[in-house]
Amino acid sequence: MKLTVWTYEGPPHVGAMRVATAMKGLHYVLHAPQGDTYADLLFTMIERRDHRPPVSYTTFQARDLGSDTATLFKKSCQDAVDRFNPQAIIVGASCTAELIQDDPAGLSETMGLSIPVIPLELPSYSRKENFGADETFYQIVKNLARAQNRTARVTCNILGPTALGFRHRDDVEEISGLLSELGIDINVVAPLGATPADITRLPAAHFNVLLSPETGEAAARWLEKTHGQPYTKIVPIGVGATRDFIAEVGQIIGKSLAIDESRLRLPWWSRSVDSTYLTGKRVFIFGDGTHVAAYARIARDEMGFEVVGIGCYNREMARPIRALAQNYGLTALITDDYLEVEAAIEAVSPEMILGTQMERHIGKRLGIPCAVISAPVHVQDYPARYSPQAGFEGANVIFDTLIHPLVMGLEEHLLTMFRDDFEFHDAAGPSHHGGHVQISRNLDASGGSFPAKMKQEPADDNIVWLSDAEKELKKIPFFVRGKARRNTEAFAVQKGLNEISLDTLYEAKAHYAR
Amino acid sequence: MNAPLTPTNGGCRSAPILKERGQREVFCGLTGIIWLHRKMQDAFFLVVGSRTCAHLLQSAAGVMIFAEPRFGTAILEETDLAGLKDAHQELDREVARLLERRPDIRQLFLVGSCPSEVIKIDLSRAAERLSQLHAPHVRVLNYSGSGIETTFTEGEDACLASMVPVLKDTTARELLVVGALPDVVEDQMLALLADLGIGPVRLLPARRIDDTTAIGPDTVFALVQPFLGETHAALERRGARHLSAPFPFGDEGTTAWLRAIATEFGVSEETFDAVTAAPRARARKAIAQAAEVLRGKSVFFFPDSQLEIPLARFLTRECGMTAIEVGSPYIHDALHGPDLDLLPAGPQISEGQDVDKQLDRARAARPDLTICGLGLANPLEAEGLSTKWAIELVFTPVHFYEQAGDLAGLFSRPLRRKAALRLEAAE
Repeated sequence: MKLTVWTYEGPPHVGAMRVATAMKGLHYVLHAPQGDTYADLLFTMIERRDHRPPVSYTTFQARDLGSDTATLFKKSCQDAVDRFNPQAIIVGASCTAELIQDDPAGLSETMGLSIPVIPLELPSYSRKENFGADETFYQIVKNLARAQNRTARVTCNILGPTALGFRHRDDVEEISGLLSELGIDINVVAPLGATPADITRLPAAHFNVLLSPETGEAAARWLEKTHGQPYTKIVPIGVGATRDFIAEVGQIIGKSLAIDESRLRLPWWSRSVDSTYLTGKRVFIFGDGTHVAAYARIARDEMGFEVVGIGCYNREMARPIRALAQNYGLTALITDDYLEVEAAIEAVSPEMILGTQMERHIGKRLGIPCAVISAPVHVQDYPARYSPQAGFEGANVIFDTLIHPLVMGLEEHLLTMFRDDFEFHDAAGPSHHGGHVQISRNLDASGGSFPAKMKQEPADDNIVWLSDAEKELKKIPFFVRGKARRNTEAFAVQKGLNEISLDTLYEAKAHYAR
Repeated sequence: MNAPLTPTNGGCRSAPILKERGQREVFCGLTGIIWLHRKMQDAFFLVVGSRTCAHLLQSAAGVMIFAEPRFGTAILEETDLAGLKDAHQELDREVARLLERRPDIRQLFLVGSCPSEVIKIDLSRAAERLSQLHAPHVRVLNYSGSGIETTFTEGEDACLASMVPVLKDTTARELLVVGALPDVVEDQMLALLADLGIGPVRLLPARRIDDTTAIGPDTVFALVQPFLGETHAALERRGARHLSAPFPFGDEGTTAWLRAIATEFGVSEETFDAVTAAPRARARKAIAQAAEVLRGKSVFFFPDSQLEIPLARFLTRECGMTAIEVGSPYIHDALHGPDLDLLPAGPQISEGQDVDKQLDRARAARPDLTICGLGLANPLEAEGLSTKWAIELVFTPVHFYEQAGDLAGLFSRPLRRKAALRLEAAE
């Protein structure tokens, strides 16, 4: 039993729903009690989908438990097939139905349906949403894909994009375009937009592009093993990764590939002098493993940030993320405990967070700007405009995403020079964002009302700030104040001081100068 | 004396009810925690459940309420399913840790879920044990918000019902008002009752545990929410008497609700009119403005919160709408009867749900406005139907005179928006 306040991932059957909702002509019969239908709103409200997810819930109640929930399941199955006329169905249980052990797989098998029935085993009490999506897609592919000849032209499949994915819609478009420029046709994109009939054609492609390892890797591995299709290991998010991806594709098809980069703007935007102020900005990166890995490289190599924290919430990616963090001289934070992430962010007081919806709220409370780079996200992160992460346009979008939360370069200087102007002061927040004036930026406290109560108080390290030093600290703009406080305290500990004077503050400043 | 007139064509109380069962597009009772944890400021709601429960709570909140949530989920893991004794020990440990971190918590609700009910974790025993462990500082109660037993607002019902047995005894002749209201609305209601000379008024739920809500044979109670069937029964078992009335939505509902109480406490007609005249006039004016676009339009209610029948009464009688179907998850005659009496005959009254069949009926009827859950709203909009998501009716202050205009506004906004948008080419 584990106390959880907020979760990064839903249960595994929500992952299965992400696959079913992404596809066409597929229906999901889910053995589940009333209430589990809440998951529909993830798609209709958060992602603004204009159709109900293709899911039938058996909706059993307490009074059914003693009698016959199995019959209820079979009836729902038959009703769904009759009403929606799908090409195939997937059947499974939610967490509660798993406990009553009705065996949807066996039940549906005995029904003699004329369409493929794909049973799902998704352990609700040990696995989560991404596993559910990955496993569901794998089962669908394994059940439906048929051995066949390769297409005459060089083609590939794009694997992994689902409903409720982070920018999957636009990533598919961007990467399809990029591949087409390279002279490679798309055989099938799946699960997003694919029908069960399309899935049968997957083995006709020459190779697979694994765009979203979280939700497509098991299928990609199986296709490699069973149908001899190699798949790409590099996710093309960021300038370097996109170039590496193109090289990897070239290697797979045995051809050296060149591409016109004229629409790629990130490199010049990053080199142009206004971006100097980005140098060494300390960023904390947390999200799903794929996006964290991509953003770590972008942050350090393409934006010139300093990466001070790396972590992911999906344990499936723990190993690569731990290795990655080591490369950055860090220890990875692998947890799905929101409070642990908050504590870690607070401890290193970064200048910016690259995270999920959760980290946006952490940032809001700690007064640290945050850019959202990974699921889970909320409705405002499903933009109407074209806004990919992958490919060259993705890199351009990412540059904008990463500078938008920050105070602009010249503004930063002015704030430092004239600290006490009654209108132009740091607590007003970046001038291109509205509505910040009333927010009190309480970096001195341990982090607002809720976190202070919900977690252990930080240990009292017995360091006293003398009033002159404290006053001077307050003159430092809010976006570096946390760092200044932390550095000065660390410096004092190192020097064996238990009081911080004005001199200590400036000695520390000189010590950490860069 | 301005008592509401029953419809000339007869009301809906004896109309045949279409009872359906099948797939239900509704929340489970856990959802009530979203507003209850805000209402009771010293309470913490600990769901004993699965990852699904935790995910539901944060998804149902619409936006995640990150500021100081006084709820959490003790997520059952595989090891908990293996042995129940272990589950109890685990629960004790999690509760101890929680209470240590949150010394401000005075009442803890252990909330049962589908998984905890199915594997039969006895939360009442756990609540008893934990109450003894943490008394007198913390009171531990339990109720079920599981989907196999409760539909959406029935979670609040189950929560309030769990508090009834521990209310203190009293022999005082007092009014108890039952149902969670937004604080601002509760204050308005208390002011109205005070002006009528009625008091002290006790509240369930009270904002804090130290409040002096007590109950006995001379207690009379009024419900402000139409989904409190279990609580109603529990209060009657303690000897309290229910003041049956339409629910306080709109001018007419609020007046009828207040009048039932005023009559019970012998308030004079002059006093009643003097107290209610001004707010009634304001309410009528506000409703008239918002109802302009609603007049003559048709409305179709999918079952959601049990607010459907009182709201249909409000929309048909005070806003000039025609009801096509009024669906409610459950219909209790003792609670919904007075509103059904006033609802003009005509609409199909339905109880329960088979969502695909109900969608077929809505598509055939093409109502001007469809009241439905979040999972259905956008798909129906995409089919050209205007919708109002029902959960907003539970999350918005809508009771009593001063909110009557806002209530009508919640229904008129989708129609005004549809009229305001010009998205087609200009020819």
